[in-house]
Amino acid sequence: MGWLLGAVAAWLIGWQINSRLARRPLSRATAFAGPVIFGLTVILIWECLVRGLDISPVLLPPPSQIIQTFGASLPLLWRDFVQTVVKGALTGYVLGCSAAVLLAVAIDRFPFLKRGLLPVGSFMAALPIIGLAPILVMWFGFDWQSKAAVVVVMVFFPMLVNTVEGLSDTGAMQRDLMRTYAAGYWKTLFKLRLPAAMPFIFNGLKIATTLALIGAIVAEFFGSPTKGMGFRISISVGQLAMDLVWAEIVVAAIAGSAFYGAIALLEKTLTFWHPSQRGRM
Amino acid sequence: MSDIVISAKDLGLTFQTGDGPIHALKDVNLDVRQGDFVSFIGPSGCGKTTFLRVMADLEQPTAGTITVNGTSPEEARRARAYGYVFQAAGLYPWRTIGGNIRLPLEIMGYSRDEQARRTADVLELVELGGFEKKYPWQLSGGMQQRASIARALAFDADLLLMDEPFGALDEIVRDHLNEQLLKLWDRTGKTICFVTHSIPEAVYLSTRIVVMSPRPGRIADVIESPLPRERPLDIRDSREFIEIAHRVRDGLRAGHGDD
Repeated sequence: MGWLLGAVAAWLIGWQINSRLARRPLSRATAFAGPVIFGLTVILIWECLVRGLDISPVLLPPPSQIIQTFGASLPLLWRDFVQTVVKGALTGYVLGCSAAVLLAVAIDRFPFLKRGLLPVGSFMAALPIIGLAPILVMWFGFDWQSKAAVVVVMVFFPMLVNTVEGLSDTGAMQRDLMRTYAAGYWKTLFKLRLPAAMPFIFNGLKIATTLALIGAIVAEFFGSPTKGMGFRISISVGQLAMDLVWAEIVVAAIAGSAFYGAIALLEKTLTFWHPSQRGRM
Repeated sequence: MSDIVISAKDLGLTFQTGDGPIHALKDVNLDVRQGDFVSFIGPSGCGKTTFLRVMADLEQPTAGTITVNGTSPEEARRARAYGYVFQAAGLYPWRTIGGNIRLPLEIMGYSRDEQARRTADVLELVELGGFEKKYPWQLSGGMQQRASIARALAFDADLLLMDEPFGALDEIVRDHLNEQLLKLWDRTGKTICFVTHSIPEAVYLSTRIVVMSPRPGRIADVIESPLPRERPLDIRDSREFIEIAHRVRDGLRAGHGDD
């Protein structure tokens, strides 16, 4: 009963603090504190409810236990992180995104490629990852290379479509201007069209961050060496070690947010000129 | 070398559209001499902008001939013989004002020192010194348009083609820029072709005013201005000025008589 009352108390206190904060003028501190307090409140209520209602840790372990497991298995989690995020997801992300940008430039240059390759790209995007992953594991082996291959396939299409779209996002006047300078194809590409395409390219890059992480983790379900976040999750579920599953989820959440945040930060510095970014300087 | 910069003979341009052909230009004959300030004025659809774009090799004529500096417009464009100022400033938002002015210089392969020197010079010329490091969207519309003129001046082409460059600006800014443009023309001795739909602007700026009329786009009248090169703003109240303005208006009205 005490835990349940604690849950109600945590809810009321968190609510009180945030509604007080909301009434104060918006500043860096209040903008930061609001979400933090909300998150802490959710975790506290979770903890109290799980303990108060005596929920089985297999269904939902309390946050304190997840934190404990997280702290106790840091070396393990780090090894999984390196295997899945750094080797699998990041490699695939870099390869897939750069290949997509290069192909987008080629598609833009030669319209017949647009008719031929864009449908192939959308076909690839339509392939279900759980069908594709086992095949790629067969082709590229159990280690991270096959995971990177899955990620390449997943990030390729959104990146391609966004870049193709961005490259055609120049006004007639801007192209006329380059023509009056007698600027050739490459100069027009580098001085006008690629910079103009940057907001689109970053859209693709941001979408691709989450896809890369999902791809790398899910691909490990279809065969991997004895490390990796997806491998750990599937093994731990079998052992009913849900606290370790949750710890891996925490790692994935932190890695995913950091990845997305890093790309968003890069976007802000590189496309500061775009109307969507200007207000945030 | 002759002092004829642009020479159009029986020039015609017909756009093929779904509703049948549109005669944007028909039987246009005109010579522009070195150092002229020629204004093209007329209602929309009279082909004044099209004519300017033909000079710049941005449109291809379908009849007659045109030469720019004695060569085809394409050769002139490849030789970077002209600077073009568009209706909107069209500065690249990811480049600073200085970066925008350096753009043609970078494309044309000027050395870094030369780029810096020329950028500083033209910024001074359009009175934007000190704004080199600002971004276009941090400047007012009039300043942006001045920067776009500086950009067209940076590579020092002898011919300046301007397509309603001040059309979107308010009257006061426009007067100021007109005055500056005249001074610049006087100082540099460039040949300027200037498209406008404002009678006072055309009369104030030009040594010659080409009045055009629509459907088909053609030249209705060419008026040689008797005004002196030195033109203070209040010349617009003089009798001569008002007489020329009347003649331009008559020309425009005559062109409109057929619809």
